[in-house]
Amino acid sequence: MERSDILIVGAGLAAITLVRELRKRDSASTVTVVTADDGHFYSKPMLSNGLAAGKTAAALVMTPRETLESQLKIVIRARTRVVALKPEVHKVLIDQGDQGELTYGKLVLALGAQPIRLPIEGDGAADVLSVNHIDDYARYREKLEGKRSVALLGAGLIGCEFANDLRSAGLAVEVYDIAPQPLGRLLPTEAGSLYRQGLEAAGVHFHFGVGIKTVERTMMEGAAYRLTDSSGAVSEVDLVVSAVGLKPETALAAAAGLAVNRGIVTGADLQTSVADVYALGDCVEVDGSVLPFVLPIMHQAKALAATLNGTPTAVAYPAMPVVVKTPACPAVVCPPAPGLAGEWKTVAGDDNIEAVFRDGEGRLAGFALVGSEAVKAKQSLAAQLA
Amino acid sequence: MKTWMCVVCGYIYDEAKGDPEHGIAAGTRWEDVPDDWACPDCGVAKGDFEMVAV
Repeated sequence: MERSDILIVGAGLAAITLVRELRKRDSASTVTVVTADDGHFYSKPMLSNGLAAGKTAAALVMTPRETLESQLKIVIRARTRVVALKPEVHKVLIDQGDQGELTYGKLVLALGAQPIRLPIEGDGAADVLSVNHIDDYARYREKLEGKRSVALLGAGLIGCEFANDLRSAGLAVEVYDIAPQPLGRLLPTEAGSLYRQGLEAAGVHFHFGVGIKTVERTMMEGAAYRLTDSSGAVSEVDLVVSAVGLKPETALAAAAGLAVNRGIVTGADLQTSVADVYALGDCVEVDGSVLPFVLPIMHQAKALAATLNGTPTAVAYPAMPVVVKTPACPAVVCPPAPGLAGEWKTVAGDDNIEAVFRDGEGRLAGFALVGSEAVKAKQSLAAQLA
Repeated sequence: MKTWMCVVCGYIYDEAKGDPEHGIAAGTRWEDVPDDWACPDCGVAKGDFEMVAV
């Protein structure tokens, strides 16, 4: 029977950053990482800007599995799926027949998140791609071969990054969102409108206030799919990509009786409701909040590494500005906490907007910067927030 | 002059070029980059960079 002091389920940024942080403190613990994929470490932020840069899926790999294993002194069980957690006996079950059990001292769930799939009708609905994993990216690149037009569902951060990347690679891009503007949850109205103009100037076509109802295959030369939106308008494209958001992967945890809400529930110590089981990254809901993107993961990994090494540490976040990787219109967002009372104040210049959010007492509580000059204020504003 | 890579997003810090947009002059050696400097692409801290031969 295989036993590890620390067993991590998942091998994405959360898992590998945790191991790197652990190894800065502790070289003795045995660590095993179990992953359903190949176990190579790749850059997820590049999934949405790798096309114009000419990156193949293989080129997104930053550290191959074998190198991770030797550098970090870990065992990676690749192409291995965890099918059940048995926290009462400190075991997980894997899909490998008689050898199907791993025993742990501490278990860490770094399961990530799954793309949200909107209900869409039509015989092409199942062909709609979501790109949130290196294997998805490989499929996306393959399907884009020789294509000229793409419809993107969702004008949030990832949708806009894909739109810009596809445009830069020379494809026609139609973007649909039921919101009235791009980056709807991140930008106040004026900034959203400038951002929209920036991407439109690069040739991105937006369709706001509408959702896609049906995706049907066509038999025509040229466009492969016919889309009908909620206003009844019809368009034809070669490929449909969905980027409407992610939902934390909670199924394994829920099945094992761990507390689960939107994500796997933990406190600031990243401990789940069950002893010796921790969670971090896109699968976790820490003190009621599910935080997306890279920076929360880095801070969680540092705190959890300390905790696992015997110094209980609560995760604390500084200001975490997010760079929107759209060269056609650079933007940086650092949204205020959801529901916080206050107001946006906007200073607009030529093709640039600096918007700051102040709370009831006039304290800086968030900001949004649009335009190549405005984004330069990122560090000074973040420092004021911290 | 050496280069350093962000382990998260692959951004390359090239000592010869620096990061003038964020106040790091060309030719600034990695050890002289302030600790509060962050990856301009993904925002992770200086400590999350590794030296790479490019």
